[in-house]
Parts: sequence; C-alpha cells; structure tokens
Amino acid sequence: MSITGPSQTKNKSLSNLAVLFFGICFFAPLLWILAASFDASPTFLVKLPKKLSLMNIKNILTFNITYRPILVSCFLAFTCGVVVIVTATLAAYPISRYKIKATRDFLYAILFGSCLPATEIMVLVYCMFAHFNLIDLLPAPALFMASTSLPIAIWMMKDFIDGIPNRLEEADRVDGASFLKTLRLIIVSVMRPGIAVVFIFVFIQAWGNFFVPFILLHAENRMTAAESIYNIFGDHGSASYGELAACSLIFLLPVLRLFLSMNKSLGGASILGRVIKG
Amino acid sequence: MVDTLTKLLPNSPNSSLEFRPKRKRRSKYFVRSVPLVPSLILMGFFMLVPIVLPFYRSFADSSLTGSSAAKASFIGLKNYRDLASTPTFANAIILTIAFVFFSAIAGQNVMGMCFALLIRSASRRLRSIVGTIVVISWVLLEVVEGFAIYAFARRDGTFNEILNFLGLNGPDWKYSFLTLVVILANVWRGTAFSMLSYSAALSPIPTEMVEAAAVDGASGLRRFKTVVIPMIRRNIATTSMLIILQTLSVFTLIYTITGGGPNDSSTTLPILAYQQAFAFGAIRYGTAIGTIVLLVRGFFSIINIKELGKDGD
Repeated sequence: MSITGPSQTKNKSLSNLAVLFFGICFFAPLLWILAASFDASPTFLVKLPKKLSLMNIKNILTFNITYRPILVSCFLAFTCGVVVIVTATLAAYPISRYKIKATRDFLYAILFGSCLPATEIMVLVYCMFAHFNLIDLLPAPALFMASTSLPIAIWMMKDFIDGIPNRLEEADRVDGASFLKTLRLIIVSVMRPGIAVVFIFVFIQAWGNFFVPFILLHAENRMTAAESIYNIFGDHGSASYGELAACSLIFLLPVLRLFLSMNKSLGGASILGRVIKG
Repeated sequence: MVDTLTKLLPNSPNSSLEFRPKRKRRSKYFVRSVPLVPSLILMGFFMLVPIVLPFYRSFADSSLTGSSAAKASFIGLKNYRDLASTPTFANAIILTIAFVFFSAIAGQNVMGMCFALLIRSASRRLRSIVGTIVVISWVLLEVVEGFAIYAFARRDGTFNEILNFLGLNGPDWKYSFLTLVVILANVWRGTAFSMLSYSAALSPIPTEMVEAAAVDGASGLRRFKTVVIPMIRRNIATTSMLIILQTLSVFTLIYTITGGGPNDSSTTLPILAYQQAFAFGAIRYGTAIGTIVLLVRGFFSIINIKELGKDGD
C-alpha cells in the first residue's frame, strides 16, 4: 500500500471497529462464566457481581467434584498426547522423507476420513468396548481418542518435518546411523517446538472431550472434568449456577494456560491454517 | 472413518510393493514403511474393528441359531426399514441438514471469511487480541461453551436483557428458537477454524487486491468474486468440507444446551443415535444411524478428494 488516502484510513478504522465488535460478541458468553464464578448471588445475566465472594469456588473444591476429575482427565489427555506424539512422529517421518508411492493418497485419505470427532461411530465403538470388556478401563478411551486425533497429528508432524532440511540426516546417514538414531537426532535438535504444538493440540482436545468418556467410562470414580461440569448441572438443576460457572472456570484454566503458551512462543494456531492449506 | 481405512489399505505402501520388480528395492520400501505400522494398528483397531464387528457377530449369531447368512443381512436391512418409518428419524434428517447448512456452509464459512478479511486490515494489536479470543472460543471445553450459550439464551439471560434494553420483549429463546440458538452456538465455536484457514490462504495475496474489494464497493465485491475467490478455490473446498464433516458430528454442544428437546426439536442424527442406543436401549437403531452418517461422510470425502485431484498437484 503506497498511498494512504483518506478513504483507506477511514476503511481501516471501520474495519477496526467491526473487528472490535465481533471480538466483544465472541467474548461475551465467556464473561458470564467469569462474573458468575465470583458472584455471591449469581444469575444468568452477564453483570458485575454486587458482592464478590469465593464461596462458589470453595464449594466445588472437593475431591469428588474437582480433584479426582482433574486427575482422571489429566491421565486421559496425557496418555493420549504421548501415544499420539510417538506414533505420529514415527509415521510422519517416512511420509515426509521418502516418496513412497501412494503417499499422497494416504495423506488425503487420512486427513479427510478421520481427523474429526467421531461421534457417529460411538455406538459401534461402545459395542466393541463391551465385546472386549474394555468399559471402565481407564487407558482404553485414551487410546481411542489417540486413534481419532492421529490423522491430523500425522498431517501436522509431516508439515514440520517437511520444513527441516534434509542435510542433517544425510550427514548422519553417511555416518551409518540407524533410522531410530537419525529420528532421535532430529527430534532432539529441531523438532521440539513442533512436537510441543501437536502435543498441546491433542491434549486440549482430549481434555475437552465429553462424549467419548461419557460413553466408555461409567464408574463414578472415572468421571472426567467435562462430565463433572455436566453433573453439577444435572444434580442441582438451575439452582447452582455459581458453582457451575466456578467449576467451568477451574477446568478451563489448564486449557487456557496451555493454549496461550502455545500461541505466544510457538505461533501455534496459525500452523493449523497452514496445515489445512496443504 | 471407514472410508479412510478402505481407501487406505489397498493404497498403503505395503500393498504397492507388489509392483516393484527388484527384490532389494522391495525390502528397502518395506523397511521404510515399517514406522507407519503403529499408527495403522491403532487406527485399524479403534476405527475398523467397531465397524466390522457387528457384521461378524450377526453372521456368528445366525450360524449359532442355524439360520442362513442371508437371513442375518435381511435382519440388518430390517433395522434400516424400521428406522426409516419412525417420524423422529425424518425429523432428525431435516434438522441435521438445516444445522449443517446454516451453521457450517453459511455461518462458519462466511463469518470465517469476513473475519479473515477484516482482521487483515485491522490494527496489529487488535488483530492479535481478537484473533486470540476467537480461537479461544474454539479450544475451550464444549460442555462449558454449551452452558455459556444456555445461560445467554434463557428467558432471564443476557440476550433478552439486551433486547429489553433496546425496548423489545424477547421470547424464551431456549424454547422458541432452539434451532437458531444451537446454530449460533456452533458458529461461535467453529468460526475460528475457517478464519485460520482463510487467513492462511489469503496471506500470499497482495493486500491491495483484497482491500480494494472493501473500498470500491460493488465493483470491488465483483473483483473479489472474480479474482480472489478463484485464487483460493481449492482452500475454500477443503475448508468447507472439513467444516461440514465436523458439524455433522456435533454432539456435546447440542446435548448440553438442549438435550435434544423439547419435543425432539433439536434432535440431530448424532443425538438421535445416542438416544436410541443408550436412553431407549435400541442399540440396533443407534448402529444403523451411525452407519448412515458414516456413508454420508464417506461420500463427501470422496467428492473432495476427487475435486482436489483435478488440480493435478
């Protein structure tokens, strides 16, 4: 833009205004959670609390409502993340480096078929879990969630490995290093940010997944964070929105923290856009 | 899921080895595709087995009772016929189509594109703040978002308070315009995805070309249609397809806001599958619905892969 005429300045402030408006619209529903958590007498309105109180938060900080669900969700999300990282890195490396025939088909199939939440096959998955007696087995849903997020993870990993110059490994291969050693070299030296992005992405998705554990884990001591929020609502009806909001807030914090750190240091979210572009 | 695997298996590196004449080359390709195995096992077990298992079991059952395999497949078809004759099923199909059309094809796509365009010309600071807010509404827990929207749309919620402030008397959104509320919720949640995708697609296009569209009004809009859109056509196709598939699967958001009710007015196919299987104990209906949605998804995937293949790259 070489000439900044008045029309362009006007254009700029107009689009600033529009962006601001949309930003507020997008943020408003979350404001309710923030406000109601600290309100002594919360309603369904977004408003500044008349009387600030930590009562809501104190009420939900019990083992059954908060701490155990956090542990369960952490376990699920962490297991899922680690499994995905290991298998996706292994799979992405040959896809990126060797031009094996049908690699591209493989990738398209992987991306389009299954990078999405698989709610429609949950009834079938439930039948399979029941058939093999996997219901209530804690690692099983983590593996299932890992398998559903694998495609996009492989895709993202491939994107990262594509960006690493081949020289590193060629030098290494001349020295006679094995595949695993070469891979480790790359991982340790160059791929750490990429792995962090994929891990956080998978972790956040698994953490927020309500449906899969809801179907596959039935015992009360297997309740996840998302289910705990849902239960507060179901148990008390609309009477305890303060606690509902407080609980939501607490379970949001780890996700927010992870997301913001990814966004800041690794430029995380924009990677997804690049990945889709292919 | 099933379409991935059926397409994936015959094309997988291992099976393409047959065409390689030299033995040494063959073993090299084999070794190189070994790292794919853990992913294939994981996806195969959790995505292929659930789909194949019911068939296997229906055949196993029929052999136990002595009836023929043909009978088993006949009973399988009967599930679909029974399902098709229930009014809730027809209702769910219409709702699902409306939901996908308005919230994905229209809502998320257009909002995402507008955002991507607007944010380009906004100030740097605002761009990063609002961009983050939009993406945050995408990564947060679906349950929480469901409740936030629920709180917003209640009779005593913020939405009506704003309408009151403007001198209008708002209805109880949660009952009268449920589909609308659910659609808005999904647009709210999903816009970030298309925004990121379109931002990435637009970034190599010169700013003048895009901004001129906004400044020149009608002629600019036409130029945007004839110049910019064709440049990112491929990206639009991919993004739309992903959004459609994602929206087809939305469960938690609808379930937390409405639970499917009242009177099935927000029962989309995933909700119906869940209700039939787990609330009414009719696992066979749940399975049938799941299979139908899978076929629809497979259909869309194939179209899109064909479409991408046309570009020849």
